[in-house]
Amino acid sequence: MLELKNISYKVEGDKEILDDVCLTVDERFVAITGPNGSGKSTLAKIIAGIIKPTSGRIFLDGEDITDMSITERANIGISYAFQQPVHFKGLKVKDLISTASGRTMTVREICDVLSEVGLCARDYVDRELNGSLSGGELKRIEIAMIRARATKLSVFDEPEAGIDLWSFQSLIHVFEELHEKTEGSILIISHQERILEIADKIVVINGGKIEKIGRGEEIIPGLLYKSAGCSKISH
Amino acid sequence: MDLIQKELLEQVADLHGVPAGAYNIRANGKSAARNTTANVDIVSKEDVQGIDIIIKPGTKQESVHIPVVMSQSGLTDMVYNDFHIGEDCDIVIVAGCGIHNGGDSMSKHDGVHTFYVGKNSKVRYVEKHYGSGEGTGERVMNPETVIHMEENSSFYMDTVQIRGVDSTNRVTTADLKAGAKLEISEKLMTHGKQEARTAFTVDLDGEGSSANVVSRSVARGESFQDFRAKINGNTACAGHSECDAIIMDDARVVATPELEANNIDAELIHEAAIGKIAGEQLIKLMTLGLTEAEAEEMIISGFLK
Repeated sequence: MLELKNISYKVEGDKEILDDVCLTVDERFVAITGPNGSGKSTLAKIIAGIIKPTSGRIFLDGEDITDMSITERANIGISYAFQQPVHFKGLKVKDLISTASGRTMTVREICDVLSEVGLCARDYVDRELNGSLSGGELKRIEIAMIRARATKLSVFDEPEAGIDLWSFQSLIHVFEELHEKTEGSILIISHQERILEIADKIVVINGGKIEKIGRGEEIIPGLLYKSAGCSKISH
Repeated sequence: MDLIQKELLEQVADLHGVPAGAYNIRANGKSAARNTTANVDIVSKEDVQGIDIIIKPGTKQESVHIPVVMSQSGLTDMVYNDFHIGEDCDIVIVAGCGIHNGGDSMSKHDGVHTFYVGKNSKVRYVEKHYGSGEGTGERVMNPETVIHMEENSSFYMDTVQIRGVDSTNRVTTADLKAGAKLEISEKLMTHGKQEARTAFTVDLDGEGSSANVVSRSVARGESFQDFRAKINGNTACAGHSECDAIIMDDARVVATPELEANNIDAELIHEAAIGKIAGEQLIKLMTLGLTEAEAEEMIISGFLK
């Protein structure tokens, strides 16, 4: 179980990106949503250890991990999928998936992981992780790395960002399967209704604060109503 | 050969013993072993140190190994090796130089390799440079490669220097006739106070000739690298050069790509990039459980693979 206690993050000029966020993630699939710039990605980076909070504590299964490095957090069971997958000149898909798993994987095992994210494995294992892969392919490989790690907590930062509609349809399917199969918890930042629909709990963040927490049926209608309201203002 | 020489041989030519096919192994400034085949003759030069390698026209699927190993500190060696490759050949040539310097005086190997590549022939040339030894004596290698390419020939050069060479001045020149194709891949890593200078000059003289020169390098410590690539397009031809360097610590890197088009149909491109390892790459690998140092090593070894 992940617990965030009174997490705040300020940047220069005292601008508050996150303000006293308290959250527990114990369910199998938790979605964080909210407008752009509301602090969602910052929160994900704080959980992964990439950003240190200005104040507040983070606990994983009761252990205080606030002062742990990125590597230490990775090794006690936190995985983090980047919103913008990173390119590596010369490193191949199989190198990264194998590294992610923390052991030497057989080609067969790597293929299984790639197949799970909808990639035809034999076309990809030897590909370099560079700009020759499309945004959708890189996103799937990013998700495959998290699958290979199979940790207690997997954090995904907007997996749908930069993906075309066609790829998105099958990506949803990947997350539905993850929801079914995963043994740990998934924390996913998303704006997509179909991802929110499969979540056990939805957290709405706005202006660096948690605005609402609830089940899909309680939260989603309000989100839709809100966006309808915005379109009226623009008239 | 002693154990040190055997280890050097393994490093520079991936040889665990005597290779198959033709070979000439040079150890401490002298020829240590030689083998010729029906298609490949190796003859010692009489006026200077070095050998002539004569490959009969039509020779296919054969290899020639000519590694040099030096384990005696303070030795200076200079050789001239000429490769006469007949028409319609398809061959692999593995060169390379390993210096082990356990003493405090400089060990130096300079070599000039000249290739005469016959019409329609295909050559793959692999060259590795490696230095080892705990002595304070410098390990110096200055390889010069000259490539003359006849019509429709192709030449793939793979040159690697990853460890232990203190100072190197690498000069490669090539001239290409019609339809000839040259591909060069250079991988270089320097550390400590090492200095590496690389200069490529390619003359695209024949119609439809093409050259692709790609260099990837990592400069660490206080090392210095200077990369120069000049492609002259003298006719309808295609030339591309690329220098991609990772800079670390207090290292310095200079990249000077140069293009000269002397014909309206010469298509020439160069790319050069120097930068440190992207922070995002390190963070990504750290989120997979690697330490920062492990992440750095993985990025570098992938980059130079």
